[in-house]
Order: sequence, then structure tokens, then C-alpha cells
Amino acid sequence: MSEVAEKMSPDPTKIGADAETVLDVQGLKRYFDVSPPFLNRLIERTDKAFLKAVDGIDFRIERGETFSLVGESGCGKSTVARLVVGLYSPTGGSVTFEGQEIGGLSRKELVPVRRRMQMIFQDPYASLNPRWRVEDIIAEPIRFFGLTNNNNETLQRVGELLQLVNLSPKDMEKYPHEFSGGQRQRISIARALASEPDFLVCDEPTSALDVSVQAQILNLMKDLQKRLNLTYLFISHNLAVVYHMSDHIGVMYLGRLAEVAPAKTLFEKPRHPYTKLLLDTIPDLDMTGRERVPVAGEVPNPINPPSGCAFHPRCPFANDRCKAERPEPIKMPDGAAVACHGVEEGRIPEGPISGIASQDI
Amino acid sequence: MADPLLKVENLRIEFPTRRGTLVAVDDISLHINKGEVLGVVGESGAGKSLTGASIIGLLEPPGRIAAGQILLDGKRIDNLPYEKMRQIRGREIGAIFQDPLTSLNPLYSVGFQLIETIQTHLPMDKQQARQRAIDLLAEVGIPAPERRIDHYPHQFSGGMRQRVVIALALCANPKLIIADEPTTALDVSIQAQIIALLKRLCRDHGTAVMLVTHDMGVIAETADRVAVMYAGRIAEIGPVKEVIKDGKHPYTHGLMGSIPILGHDTEKLTQIEGAMPRLTDIPTGCAYNPRCPKVFDRCYRDRPDLLDAGTTRAACWLYDDDAKAAAAVTGETAHV
Repeated sequence: MSEVAEKMSPDPTKIGADAETVLDVQGLKRYFDVSPPFLNRLIERTDKAFLKAVDGIDFRIERGETFSLVGESGCGKSTVARLVVGLYSPTGGSVTFEGQEIGGLSRKELVPVRRRMQMIFQDPYASLNPRWRVEDIIAEPIRFFGLTNNNNETLQRVGELLQLVNLSPKDMEKYPHEFSGGQRQRISIARALASEPDFLVCDEPTSALDVSVQAQILNLMKDLQKRLNLTYLFISHNLAVVYHMSDHIGVMYLGRLAEVAPAKTLFEKPRHPYTKLLLDTIPDLDMTGRERVPVAGEVPNPINPPSGCAFHPRCPFANDRCKAERPEPIKMPDGAAVACHGVEEGRIPEGPISGIASQDI
Repeated sequence: MADPLLKVENLRIEFPTRRGTLVAVDDISLHINKGEVLGVVGESGAGKSLTGASIIGLLEPPGRIAAGQILLDGKRIDNLPYEKMRQIRGREIGAIFQDPLTSLNPLYSVGFQLIETIQTHLPMDKQQARQRAIDLLAEVGIPAPERRIDHYPHQFSGGMRQRVVIALALCANPKLIIADEPTTALDVSIQAQIIALLKRLCRDHGTAVMLVTHDMGVIAETADRVAVMYAGRIAEIGPVKEVIKDGKHPYTHGLMGSIPILGHDTEKLTQIEGAMPRLTDIPTGCAYNPRCPKVFDRCYRDRPDLLDAGTTRAACWLYDDDAKAAAAVTGETAHV
């Protein structure tokens, strides 16, 4: 394993005899060509333009744990999800799933891998075929992979899966529109579990749901993880949800990982100024009455990202080095990894960012 | 106490459909005082946006106000003719909607839209209106407003666009702003900026706000009082701190428990079983009875009105005097 991998292993205590890496992502990159057409480029004398959606990230996920990616829209977290399940092919770097490199595999070669990793999508209204009965939706992976011997066994299995997600086996007769949003997301989960995977990629699975229903789905996902020893890659923009679900968290900003840390460490001792900013912006449900000082600015255009550290235009601690040199992740003794020159040099004060950063709104 | 700025009394909104009339908002009463922020929370379909839309007279047909009245400064505004209402909308009541891209016209510069709104409501010539527009843009935190005023909506980022929308709502210095999910389409760090901006503007101008959202966090940060809606009715209303920290209605309680909170290590979130009923089959009695852990006979029979529950008012039979007396009696006998 390379030095980078050494650097980024999320929890050194876990790397031992019994820990088993399910997913290992190294230097993963995905660029999208967003250039204007050839003639325009010729006439306007412009170069090809690339959107660096994911620009060199490394992380690994151990069996039975939940690794989460958080970040604002456009930071590349969903692109990572799609890269991991092979819906996109990487521009660079590697994705290793249970010891097998899957980055460059063809569609055919991906089939056996797909049985063991499944995806749950954000919108349960768009991810279920409205013309299919629930029975066919859930049975499709079972039939495709030939997991049962005959149709009776398949239906039996569909019934079991529905019970697993707290629906009734009778529901297999119905169509998706007969269910509420939360029930539909349960059907999505049942379908994802149909091929008996051990790794699930969940891309904002509760963002489209109401809070009381979100709680049901989060509880169900945690429960299933324990019962079936599942490993999750969980993607969300909601930090409180991520904190509730995760063992390790990666904070993404403009296609890179700003900080990777065990969940508790990240929230108790955030190091990267962007992590501090994100934590600081969460509305305060504990009603401590603290005044928040929001940090200025917005996420810059990823087609033309800032030089050096992409966060420097919004960072109150940025200096010339941050503008010039791109920070690489540095491993901390407690298992965190932070990509920040300020942290490396020890010039980021501890504690929340409010009060330090000032801005007029 | 001074008269409230806005008073909604027994408001009922109906949608006639081929399969019968749907009651989307059922007998809601609330008030907003001058300069106060009232949060209205609830899950999708609870009727919170409809309540807001009916106040600004933008209820989409076939939806209609079937009963009750809305009073602004003591004057009824729910039965005004279209032209009259148009003068109030924007002048007295401003509106901010969820998606800043759909509330701005992409074909006109933001300056044109601001000046048009200002001149509609205030007696100003073009030059004065333009100056006021620039001042407003500066006030909502748009850098270089004298240059940005001639830009088109697509030239602004999401957060900046929402600032323009807020400037539009403030054009005529309204007394009340209806903000319907103003931060839902925005990223968290931008959301914090917009909340802080709204809070500051309302403090400076003494504007009252009805903040409609599904996000309890936003309410906790912004509102003075909060109304929790469920299936077209108000389940609980009271000071924000009491409702969030110590909700009296079982629904409020469940709702708060189901929100994951940073730093709280809970293995399992409180779970409210089931989902909110569809408008077509709202149960008789208390609409929350199929999901309520504390349900008893009366909840299936009668529908509770808002009852005094100590610090807040809750629509729950647990706070009925008879029930309280009964509980006290059984408590005593248990004691003996």
C-alpha cells in the first residue's frame, strides 16, 4: 500500500487482525469535459475546460461500519457514490472493493461485483418504476442474479424482504403510487437488499422525507446494519443525520476531502476551518441562544476553482501559502486526517469559528 | 395589550374535487403581533403553506377560503376584490418563497424588477426608485449594488438571488412578511447567512414575519412563537423555547425526538409510527390518534380544540380540565 493510504487510514486502531477493508479508495479522480464545441474553441481561442468533480480523494471503509461524506451541493459527494458503484468510470485513481480493483472493469465484469454492492437513491418517487408492481421491483435483482430456483421461492423471498423493512408481504401486489414517501424508501431498501449485498451506497436516502419519517428510515437502516452486518457509504448534506449514523466522516469541499475523522472526533474537535464553519452553521436546537456569525461567501465555481487550498477565499486564516500551495492530508494521532496548512503549522485556534471570522451581512 | 397586526380566525380552506370536498386547513386561529416572528412548522401536507398563501391572497383555485376571516390591522382582507388585494400585497404584506429562481423573472434585470415594485407601491420617480433599489440591495448584503442592479437573475448565485428576493419583499416597507421555506433550497452555510439577514432586517424595520418551514432548527434560531401544524390543524402553539424544549402535545414531543441532534448520542431516534393521514381519510376525533402513544377513548370520539397546557396551548384531550381532574383522582387513589 502506498504512503497516501498509510496517511489516510481512518482509524489506526482498527487496522489489525479482524478488521477487514471493504472499500479502499485511492487518489480517486473524475473530471467532466465541459468544453465549448470545437469550432467555438477554435474561433474564441479558448482551451478545453474540465470540471474536476472529484479531484484526488482517498478513504477506506471497514466491514460493518458507516462511512459518511458530507458537504454542500456541488462538492462532488454524489459523484463519489457513482464512482464507487461503477456508474462512472474514474479519470484517475483506484476503487478497490473487497480486494478487487473495480475502477476499469467493463459492464460485464462488474455484474458479480454489483450483486454485492447496491445503492439507495434520494428520491423514492423517481427510483421506483411506477408501472411495476412492488413484487417485480424487488424480485428483479433476485431473478437477474438467479438467486432462487423457482418463482415460488422468489415470491417467498420478496415477502421476507418486505417483512425485513417492516412492510407486509401482502404489499407486493401493489404499485408504488399506493405508498407514502417513507414506505417507498422502504421498498427501495428491500430492493437493494434483494441481491444479498454486504455493501450499500446510500445517496441522501432521507433528504426527500419528512422528519418523523426520516427517523423511521434511519432507525431501520441502523437496525439492518446490525442484523446483516452491512457496510454503508452514507452521503448527506445534513450534519446531524451524519453524526447520528456514522463511525467515520469525510468532509468534502470542491472535489477534495478537507477532513476525515471518526464521527465523535470530528464533532468534538473539528480541525479544518471548513469543518468548523459547517458545524457552526447548524441551527441550534438546544436553544443555547448563541449568536452565530456566518462565514461570508459561497462555494466557488468548480470549473475554475481557487488556486492552492480551494477554501482560502472564505477562510479567515488563509495566508500566502494557502493561496499558492495545495494542502495534502496530514494524519493526526487520534485517527483524523486534515488537509490544511494552518493545522499543520498550528495557527488555527481551537474552538468554534464564530467570533473570529467577522463579516457584514 | 395592543391589537395584533394579523389575526386569523377559524380559517378553513377547502378544495372541491370530483370525489368530494377536501379540507386542507381546518379551523385555524392564530395571531402575529407587530415585529414578531411566528414560526409555522409541520410536515409536508400539514397545510402550513396554504395558510401563508391565503393570508397574501394567493390561494390557487380551486382552493378557497370556506370559512373564517383574516384581519390585518383590524381590517378584513380575506374578502377583498382582486385589485384591492393587489395593493395590499407588496405594500402591507411582503412575500418570500422557497425557490429564488422562480420568484424572479429571468427576462428582466433585478433593477427593473425592484424599481417596478417600488414604483407600484410608493410615489417615487424613476431616479428615486433606482436609488432606493440600490440602497435595498446594499442593505441585504449584495456587494457593489450600483453595478449589480443591472444584472439578470442568472448572474447571481443561489444565496445572492435569495437576497434579491428579500430586497423585493422589503421594497415598500411592509408590516408583515410571509416567508415560505426561505432557506430550504440553500446550502447550510448560505442558510445561516440568510437567517441572520432576515433576523437583522426584521429587528431594524420592526417587520413581523410568518416563517413557514419544516426545519425546526430554523425556527429555533429565528422565531419568537411557533405553531405546530398537523393534518390541517394547529396541534400546539406557544413560545418557541417551551414548544421545542418541552412540547406538550404528543406530536410535538415525537417530532422533536425524531430529529437527530449533533452531540446527542442516541442509539435510536424516537419514532412516530405511520405517516400523516391523507386529506381524504383524516380520522374522526383527534387527527393524530392513529399514531399517538397516549391515545384514549375520547381521542377517537371528539376533536380537541386548543387547550391551555401550562406554558403553551395544545390541541390534546390530555389537557382538558376533566381529564386533568380524572388524572388527579386516579393519582390520589393510587396514593391511598
